Amino acid sequence: MTLPTLNFLAILPLLILVAATLLVLLADLVVRNKRVLTFLGLLAVAASLAAVLLVRPAAPTFQGMTLADELGLFASVAILVATGLALLLALERTSDFTRRPGAYVALLLLATAGMIVMAKASDFITIFLGLEILSLSLYILVGFAQRDARSNEAALKYFLLGAFASGFFLYGMALIYAATGSTNLAEISKGIASHSASLPFAPLLPIGVGLLLVGYGFKLALVPFHMWTPDVYQGAPTSVTAFMSVATKTAAFASLIRVLAAVWSGDRPWLLALAGLAVVTMTLGNLAALRQTSLKRMLAYSSIAHAGYVLTGLAAGNDRGFEGALYYLIAYTFMNLGAFATIQAVQRRDQNDVTTEQITGLSTQRPGLALLMTVFMFALTGMPPLVGFFGKLYVFSGAVQGGMTWLAIVGVINSAIAAYYYLRVTVLMYMGGATAAAGDIPRTGWAVWTTLVITAVATLALGLWQQPWMESIREAVTLLALR
Amino acid sequence: MVPTSYFLILSALLFTIGTLGVLVRRNVLIIFMSVEMMLNAVNLSFAALARHFLDLNGQIFMLMVMVVAAAEVAVGLAIVMAVIRNKDTTNIEDVNLLKG
Repeated sequence: MTLPTLNFLAILPLLILVAATLLVLLADLVVRNKRVLTFLGLLAVAASLAAVLLVRPAAPTFQGMTLADELGLFASVAILVATGLALLLALERTSDFTRRPGAYVALLLLATAGMIVMAKASDFITIFLGLEILSLSLYILVGFAQRDARSNEAALKYFLLGAFASGFFLYGMALIYAATGSTNLAEISKGIASHSASLPFAPLLPIGVGLLLVGYGFKLALVPFHMWTPDVYQGAPTSVTAFMSVATKTAAFASLIRVLAAVWSGDRPWLLALAGLAVVTMTLGNLAALRQTSLKRMLAYSSIAHAGYVLTGLAAGNDRGFEGALYYLIAYTFMNLGAFATIQAVQRRDQNDVTTEQITGLSTQRPGLALLMTVFMFALTGMPPLVGFFGKLYVFSGAVQGGMTWLAIVGVINSAIAAYYYLRVTVLMYMGGATAAAGDIPRTGWAVWTTLVITAVATLALGLWQQPWMESIREAVTLLALR
Repeated sequence: MVPTSYFLILSALLFTIGTLGVLVRRNVLIIFMSVEMMLNAVNLSFAALARHFLDLNGQIFMLMVMVVAAAEVAVGLAIVMAVIRNKDTTNIEDVNLLKG
């Protein structure tokens, strides 16, 4: 028996992350200054990022289990950037909720590895494995504030619903396997095109795709599978929320795009189903966000709405829409991470949330934080020339091109609804009289400032300067070869 | 030989029972057991299909699912323990600090 030759270079970014995870856990036993562990994590993220960008193996690798294509590269970069920023964000504030910063860093790196596996996977086995690596790490991270009953509750809810969703995810995969006789996306695609109708279980294919969509719906927090999102985002430590709200979406959407491209038949009913999901997701997310007093909860509902906007791009069913969706994911990574970073900077050390009352009059106490928060809120609203505007522009124009003008109109109306609660935050910060005592807001350390400045600059710069990386997005979408 | 479709029907039934268990029961541990039942129902499908197609991928997938399910138990029970320490209950309806 001969063993297949494996190209380990192809998974170098993953190897670095997993090795660093183990190293951090080991170093945790000997290092007294726990900050070193975070720096070790940052170093690993940087090395992994360099590996992603510099080592470009030919696709497919590992017997077709993973793909090293542009989409995977694109998603990996977004995920790694989010991890780096989340590590920086946690540097000074992990002591607020835990005495084990080592395990925190290790789990964050492991979750990142899972996300990259998921984003690059081109076989159901690897997609499932990546999904579970990231989910299991996140279940623990969400409940990392062990003594905080809210954090426990968030972890329990996330775990139960996540595991439930995994069941649907898997059953969908099993039925697609039944219909096509393969777990590999490329072969599934070929099978559907040529011979699958002759296979005895071919009628199971739509049911399988439907169940798989339910599984993705849970992970991406699409309405009606979103119930866990506000609770989990509110209960989890803020730096974890910042990380999971953006990076999980990137990984799951990248994977969903791949799966859709494989089972794609361009059928109008499927597109309409996606469009319907997008409409309810946007609308319910935005309407629920209107009446929140907790900023984390408000952003949780807003993240549901943003998943709806990205889905609009997918429902368009054309290259333009897919490009818009990918652009939106990058935009969302920076603006949402920035918004959560500001919340963490404002929240008291003994608290894990910020209410609208607490930020009233923030501009008099902390003009810098108030200004940055305004930038993120404007970006999330979709004000030009910030990234959020172009994201919305591209997905909506994709929808129009795909013959779904009504969907774009619903999206624009939704943006208007969303503007109310985003701008309310700004109005409260600048117009309201100060209520919270200035001493309540802890000093903002350099690491949090760095995170804030990077995200704010990216929010502005990536809107103004898009040429080179839009080309990379175009290439990623072209390679998917939608039928 | 038993036809593959019998296995698929049994697996669908088991999956439905598991799903109903998650939706109906209120005890965290029983919900958890129902989820495991869903996963094992899928495993049955994979095993049957692997035999049907004479394809190893289905069997490997099944083994992966078992490994993941074992890891999930470890994490899940740890989370349940953390909840019980703070609030002495396994009833999902008593865990209700977060809402709105």
